[in-house]
Amino acid sequence: MSDNKQDASGGESCCACSLDSRRTMLAATVGAGAVVGLGVATPFVASFMPSERAKAAGAPVEVDLSKIKAGEMITVEWQGKPVWILRRTPEMIAALSKNDAALADPASERAVQPEYVKGVARAIKDEFFVCLGVCTHLGCSPNPKFAVGSESGMGDAWNGGFLCPCHGSQFDLAGRVFKSMPAPTNLVIPPHAYLSDTRLLIGKDSAEA
Amino acid sequence: MTCCKIVTDKAQQLLGWVDERFPLTTLYREHLAEYYAPKNFNFWYFFGSLALLVLVIQIVTGIFLVMHYKPDASLNAAGVPVAFASVEYIMRDVAGGKFIRYMHSTGASMFFIVVYLHMFRGLLYGSYRKPRELIWLFGMAIFLCLMAEAFFGYLLPWGQMSFWGAQVIVNLFEAIPVIGPDLSIFIRGDFVVSDATLNRFFAFHVIAIPLVLLGLVAAHLIALHEVGSNNPDGVEIKKYKDANGIPLDGIPFHPYYTVKDIFGVSIFLIVFAIIVFFAPEGGGYFLEFNNFFPADSLKTPAHIAPVWYFTPFYSMLRATTSDFLPVLWAFVALIAGLTFRGTGCVWIKRACLLLVAGLYWGFFGLTVFGFTPPPIDPVVLGVHLGRGLDAKFWGVAMMGGSVMLFGLLPWLDQSPVKSIRYKGPLFKTILTLFVISFVLLGFLGTKAPGYAFFGLIPGGPVAAICTILYLAFFGLMPWYSRIDKTKPEPERVTSK
Ligand code: HEM
Ligand code: FES
Repeated sequence: MSDNKQDASGGESCCACSLDSRRTMLAATVGAGAVVGLGVATPFVASFMPSERAKAAGAPVEVDLSKIKAGEMITVEWQGKPVWILRRTPEMIAALSKNDAALADPASERAVQPEYVKGVARAIKDEFFVCLGVCTHLGCSPNPKFAVGSESGMGDAWNGGFLCPCHGSQFDLAGRVFKSMPAPTNLVIPPHAYLSDTRLLIGKDSAEA
Repeated sequence: MTCCKIVTDKAQQLLGWVDERFPLTTLYREHLAEYYAPKNFNFWYFFGSLALLVLVIQIVTGIFLVMHYKPDASLNAAGVPVAFASVEYIMRDVAGGKFIRYMHSTGASMFFIVVYLHMFRGLLYGSYRKPRELIWLFGMAIFLCLMAEAFFGYLLPWGQMSFWGAQVIVNLFEAIPVIGPDLSIFIRGDFVVSDATLNRFFAFHVIAIPLVLLGLVAAHLIALHEVGSNNPDGVEIKKYKDANGIPLDGIPFHPYYTVKDIFGVSIFLIVFAIIVFFAPEGGGYFLEFNNFFPADSLKTPAHIAPVWYFTPFYSMLRATTSDFLPVLWAFVALIAGLTFRGTGCVWIKRACLLLVAGLYWGFFGLTVFGFTPPPIDPVVLGVHLGRGLDAKFWGVAMMGGSVMLFGLLPWLDQSPVKSIRYKGPLFKTILTLFVISFVLLGFLGTKAPGYAFFGLIPGGPVAAICTILYLAFFGLMPWYSRIDKTKPEPERVTSK
């Protein structure tokens, strides 16, 4: 009895196997503790994800196009982000292809856009350019620079477009990014559909609407 | 007389009572009355205690701000976001609220001024070197926490700069391959910067980060008191001790340095009060003009820039464009090669190899193929192996990496002496260039992208050159610190 006690307090085990099994017990306890710890951490980590309410937000938005004059742009809010609707003049549309050589991705091969917007103008109807006003660099909203040539302050070759105030990315009037800009890709075109000639729905694909 | 004696006796008794239960006298002796600091401290040694002071100012003013501030992005009856309105309320309607807020916002900028000078002292006198590596690393962690604290705090007033600053910084994380896009949603708690973001940033700002910060400050000081302070001569005072084991060149912290630090505190508080009372906006550098407009998620202000203390690193992010990448690649590879040859530390050698391999892979597609996809583009787990990562990713890597580089200093410096007093002309020149680059980068970061000095010298190339000089200061250190012509260190501290 007393011998046993001394052994234990001296930190020595009575035989090698009992030391081993204590190690095993220790490892098992640590392992079980870690599993419990992970379990407890789960709700905390999960609480960082967007809540159900945040996920539900973002219903489609309807826009009346008849009030936009040629050469004018309006901004509407969709899913908390700015969506631009620019009514392009024929000159604006004609000038688009002049930019091609200076653009990073003129054919919009790497752009995020619905299948039904094709070509240089990146629109269902060339006249109305619908675009997410969020720079593909770090998410600022570029400013319109619609003036042409030297009076735009953007250089003589400027055919109108957008300038991002944050790190200076430039886009043309179809939201296509120029070469060697911080922004890697063209501006994103959100899903949209025409309900009639003057009513546009943002947030639903043409096929669904 | 007797009355006095009774009081002191009672006080002694009380102290005795406490000491039996808590090591009060022991702590006082170890850390103040019998903590021996080198006798030759100078101007540069004010900033540690000042940083502690500013920490206290921030915590106290912060607690009082929280009593009136509301972290709520929803609009009130007047159509103004509640958070923004609550800050205006503090400014206009709460008695003394204006000064409390100005103390907090000025405190944030002063914190960085003090901490930058504190770190610069480390560069001057080699305070990061053996045996003080851990003091330096704890300091780095404090610096990172401070940046996080300031970033989270800046969202709270919910002004235009708050909103768009947070938007840009959170989106930086999107550049991380594979997990990036989900990570940025995870940070925001929403698909856009919103009420959820404001609330969690509030939680981080007022409790999570300050707690970590306090713990790190304690660790920083415990490590300091374990090994003892460095000094402007960079020689160890513990080498020569008297018969009682007290360093010959040491003096007790209290009263000598407590008095010196109180003097520093007085001067600092004069400057602080002048700013709070006469220039609380710091010329638009401490409180930015655009932040007096409530957050508008549809419109970015025409000129956005981070607060001045982030701008050196932000400039390096901006300098990393796809044009500059090939040049940068060549320089970084060169610098990493020289670091590899110069350093004695195997881990730094391995890190250099990894860096060059990573850069090669990462830049490959971009430099060779521009933005167009290469002929072969194998995709593994959604990562394009051939295309290379774009400039956005490298900008982010550059910004993060340039902060972290400070942490490597203890292992990069191979000079036989610690202090600049005994270092050679090479180190002095390179340190001067480093400081100039850092200041220029900081200045350019506050300007719009197209800025030119005097309308003539474009800022872009200047920022690119400064970025390379910044990297070279660290990367080439193993090499230049070794070949530099140093003077012999004195045996004991000098009193200049
Ligand atoms: C540790 C150092 C700290 C730093 C560097 C810091 C920095 C900042 C910054 C830059 C702002 C925005 C300034 C403005 O526009 O007014 C801010 C706001 C705020 N901080 Fe801190 N802070 C610190 C500690 C704290 C602590 C400990 C608390 C609370 C216990 C706190 C509570 C607040 C509140 C409520 C606001 C929003 C009110 C306002 O904008 O005036 N801060 N902080
Ligand atoms: S966010 Fe537009 S250029 Fe950076």
